[in-house]
Amino acid sequence: MHAGTWAALVHRLSGILLVLFLPGHFIALGSALEGAASFDSFLAWTQQPLVKFMEWGIVLSLAAHLGGGLRVMALEFLPWRDWHKGLAAAAAAAAIAVSLAFALAL
Amino acid sequence: MNARAQALLWAAQRASAAVLALCVVVHLATMVYAIRGGLSAAEILSRTRGNAGWLAFYSVFVLAVAVHAPIGLRPVLGEWLRWTGASRDLALAALAILLAVLGMRAVLGVFL
Amino acid sequence: MNTLKVRVWRGGAQGAFQSFDVPRHASQTVLDVVTHIQRALDPTLAYRYACRVGMCGSCAMTVNGVARWTCRTHVDKVAGEGHLEISPLKNLPIVRDLVTDMREFFDKWARAKGSFAGRRTRRDDFAQISSASKSRKEIDAAIECIGCAVCYASCDVVAWNPDYLGPAALNRAWTLIQDQRDREKVERLRAVEGDAGCHSCHTHLSCTERCPKQLSPTASIAGLKRETLRSLFGGSP
Repeated sequence: MHAGTWAALVHRLSGILLVLFLPGHFIALGSALEGAASFDSFLAWTQQPLVKFMEWGIVLSLAAHLGGGLRVMALEFLPWRDWHKGLAAAAAAAAIAVSLAFALAL
Repeated sequence: MNARAQALLWAAQRASAAVLALCVVVHLATMVYAIRGGLSAAEILSRTRGNAGWLAFYSVFVLAVAVHAPIGLRPVLGEWLRWTGASRDLALAALAILLAVLGMRAVLGVFL
Repeated sequence: MNTLKVRVWRGGAQGAFQSFDVPRHASQTVLDVVTHIQRALDPTLAYRYACRVGMCGSCAMTVNGVARWTCRTHVDKVAGEGHLEISPLKNLPIVRDLVTDMREFFDKWARAKGSFAGRRTRRDDFAQISSASKSRKEIDAAIECIGCAVCYASCDVVAWNPDYLGPAALNRAWTLIQDQRDREKVERLRAVEGDAGCHSCHTHLSCTERCPKQLSPTASIAGLKRETLRSLFGGSP
């Protein structure tokens, strides 16, 4: 298992997590249609530590998936040869940075 | 699905990815800023209701997701679950519609 | 340490590892080890080699989980603590022991239209191709493939998708699509696009990592992706 395989696996697994998360995310936000009260009760639920942790996990997944996706697009569209390994590292670093920013903001 | 159509799916995937790259950066930055110190429904909705700019932005975001997610899931289903053929593509088309409908419902709920 | 503990795959898809003790020498290669086993310990061991100097690719096997040319793999490099595990190349049917059936590898090469089809005859003058041209440079970067199947054996997508043409076939198709003398560009692009072709490459880069000739099939496949994109939206066919 080398850097490229790891990058591709993280990219794929984060994508799966995101697509599983999204319908729930949309439904929850859609509860705003019923007015602020129903939205507020949902927001209260998200204050629980476990939910906050999962939120952070989703943010990390999103950042990782973005990083991995930028890596794929760079490999497919830009001329490259020797610096391709650095892309996996760069994607990982960026993802971690974003998730830390989110964690600090919580 | 013939090879040409599969090539088109790949192109749509990369195009939606480019759109999403921008949307996700904006979304993440906005969320990190917006949730500082916690949030309430009233706070959120007072900022978002009636905001045409954000409405347009998130509509584009939702539609790009509705294109990108099913196409992205397609090889995962084929390679890891050995699910191929027309039934897979039909299921993914249904997923696209589901994401678009649920997403636009959320966008309208928050921004209209 | 002057003895190697070597586990060698015996049998076909059903089989088992058999253990041998092999004397260790300086500058010994994994091919030397396999050859010693077959000549001195067990003549029934089946394996392939030809040139034994890193030119033909026949001796490719899986060594401690990684596809390599055994003639160019020094034991010192891979046998930490004197252990070696040798098995046939992955992603190919096993004929027996360390020998794989290469037919599917070459069938996919043919399905990717991996052979040249020129426009000129012996009565025409030579084609004038500048070695400095962009397309020739693209070809030069990818042309040295000898069909050893190390990339094919290392590719996760080949393992996951039985129809996937694989890095070597697609790499060769790229060199032909870039060849100005070739007359079948449109047919080649049709042959390499889609789920069985270049669009299933997920840029794991295992092929690029493992290629004993330091080629990058991933880069060639990326070229195919761009070329098919061009053909989808007008521009050159």
